[in-house]
Amino acid sequence: MSVTNGYDAEVASKIVARFDAKPELLIQILRGVVERFGYVPEAAVRQLADELNLSRADVHGVVSYYHDFRTEPPGKHIVKICQAEACQAMGSRELTAHAEDALGIRMHGSNDDITLEPVYCLGNCACSPAIMIDERTHGRVNSQRFDELIGGLEADD
Amino acid sequence: MARTKIYVPRETSAISVGADDVAIAIARHSKKSGTDVQLIRNGSWGASWLEPLIEVEVDQQRIAYGNVEPGDVDGLFQNGFLDGGEHARRLGPIQDIEYLITQDRWTFFRVGLIDPLSVESYAEHQGFSGLQQAIEIGSEAVLDAVTESGLRGRGGAGFPTGIKWRTVANAEADQKYITCNADEGDSGTFSDRMLMEGDPMCLLEGMAIAGYAVGANKGYIYLRSEYPLTYKILTRAISAAEHAGWLGKNIQGSEFDFDIEIHVGAGSYVCGEETAMLESLEGKRGIVRYRPPLPALEGLFGKPTVVNNVITLASVPNIIRLGGERYAGFGVNRSKGTLAFQLAGNIKRGGLVEKAFGITLRELIDGYGGGTASGRPLKAVQVGGPLGAYIPESQLDTPLDYEAFAEIGALIGHGGIVVFDDLVNMAQQARFAMEFCAIESCGKCTPCRIGSVRGVEVIDRIIAGTDREENYDLLVELCDTMEDASLCAMGGMTPYPVRSVLKYFAEDFAL
Ligand SMILES: Cc1cc2nc3c(=O)[nH]c(=O)nc-3n(C[C@H](O)[C@H](O)[C@H](O)COP(=O)(O)O)c2cc1C
Ligand code: SF4
Ligand code: FES
Repeated sequence: MSVTNGYDAEVASKIVARFDAKPELLIQILRGVVERFGYVPEAAVRQLADELNLSRADVHGVVSYYHDFRTEPPGKHIVKICQAEACQAMGSRELTAHAEDALGIRMHGSNDDITLEPVYCLGNCACSPAIMIDERTHGRVNSQRFDELIGGLEADD
Repeated sequence: MARTKIYVPRETSAISVGADDVAIAIARHSKKSGTDVQLIRNGSWGASWLEPLIEVEVDQQRIAYGNVEPGDVDGLFQNGFLDGGEHARRLGPIQDIEYLITQDRWTFFRVGLIDPLSVESYAEHQGFSGLQQAIEIGSEAVLDAVTESGLRGRGGAGFPTGIKWRTVANAEADQKYITCNADEGDSGTFSDRMLMEGDPMCLLEGMAIAGYAVGANKGYIYLRSEYPLTYKILTRAISAAEHAGWLGKNIQGSEFDFDIEIHVGAGSYVCGEETAMLESLEGKRGIVRYRPPLPALEGLFGKPTVVNNVITLASVPNIIRLGGERYAGFGVNRSKGTLAFQLAGNIKRGGLVEKAFGITLRELIDGYGGGTASGRPLKAVQVGGPLGAYIPESQLDTPLDYEAFAEIGALIGHGGIVVFDDLVNMAQQARFAMEFCAIESCGKCTPCRIGSVRGVEVIDRIIAGTDREENYDLLVELCDTMEDASLCAMGGMTPYPVRSVLKYFAEDFAL
């Protein structure tokens, strides 16, 4: 479950402390921030730089380098569709087109509920096409299964 | 009366097609009916096409049922499931499933069999005896055994593991590290994940043996973020091993200390390249390093460092236990031992097949895989991930042997085999190779960073039919430049799949 609560500097400090404020653990700390807030807000970049004794440019550099560190708040759920070869061989391009239609958003886009992102292999290539919803991988996903999974999310909320 | 054991995999692929729901349905049913069952969450045997594949233990035999859905559970129980009763889903004893019994399971021999999180279950099946023996025979003998086994790196480059370890062992330093590359970014690959989920302690044991051999007391696992379940399983396995005295200080009363920490990546393919991985482990951008220095001499935090793939490390405990010679007895030529091949994409029986090197692609794809899932003719096979060539039907008799593959301009890499049927448009696949490089390039060298973006544009023009000849020549030139002037294989080998399309599937470019 991804949460997109407002940023809370105290909580961020706790995340830093959990990793003993070690600058070499910046990536792990940023993962913690994304896990908690859903993204890395600008305020977090400033705060982490201060608390880890790094320059803001250092932190920025790392944030911008890695795909997982989004800088915009996502929707309530994150839906990733595998775009890599084994899934292509089983129709991921068609599945992606279907998902974009069904959700009314494009890859990398969000509506209130859902952020749609590409992913390059979920290690589920023998049960392709694969998608991940929040932290959960689903296999053999055709359009119908996709709609069911999305429907299930809406029912839960 | 002993409780009946039921096995339901706790493994990403099995769960992705409903294994958790099946486990819940079984637990519910047994509670409701008052039957006393013991639910064990094992790893996957690797017959992914049969997942969820569950087993019930009857008279010391495990009876398998395949493609089980939650809705099948009540019916299974009604048909005497606990006695291995007949049912449409029944496959028979697990050890009779041909896909599994014909394999050469060296590294994966415990995967599926054991409870991955139980030290007892692991030890019952020779777990930790490799490490025990290593400590008894001493580090020199360990290095000799690994060298003698002929084991080569399974992460892609195929570098001899014995040589790498000896370099680190011979380096003088106050601190050395073992790093396990669990970034598994190649499409079509999942063997690292299956090993870590199905037999995590085997990896921990392999890392500890490496640490003992080279004189390192600290290990890191660099795990990709796309594997959240693997993370949970590994974390629990580490604490169980620590608890049992197989990790930590004075392992089993010896002088040897070894700790393992997991670092999770953040979505970057290049971070699987070993020096980019080291940068990332240091908390930085995953930019590839120049070499020299070799990571073996100046690796993590500038210290001598072993970087090995999961499967490389997990193959070691048995090499120590059974001897390097035994391992070298498998395979052909300079490709010794076994590889956990992964059958993926458009294939009827996808999954993991560990076999000695020398088997042909055709034997794997037709024999094990049963041909395409769609039933349509096979058109191309990509072996070795996104940097691997697309192989046409006519070359399927090539034996899986590092050198034989190099000869046809192809790659074995991490052993991923992705099958495409005749509906694939290979021009699109060539375009994707360039696009993927553009998305994932670390940006350090121009041919890779800019060349890949240009590659996409040029391919788009060829597809659109704009100045075809000129753009074709331009594409070939781009491939040359990327190959010649890139620092790592990302830029240097992206041309492989592209060239293979130009060579074997030119008709899709309408050239
Ligand atoms: C772009 C790129 C990505 C790579 N990805 C991985 C990977 O995900 N896992 C891996 O073990 N090796 C990967 N490698 C190979 C590593 O650089 C390195 O050779 C390997 O980890 C060494 O371990 P081994 O000798 O046990 O194979 C990659 C290489 C390149 C150039
Ligand atoms: S080839 Fe590409 S990925 Fe490799 S170092 Fe150069 S820019 Fe980075
Ligand atoms: S290619 Fe999609 S899960 Fe591996």
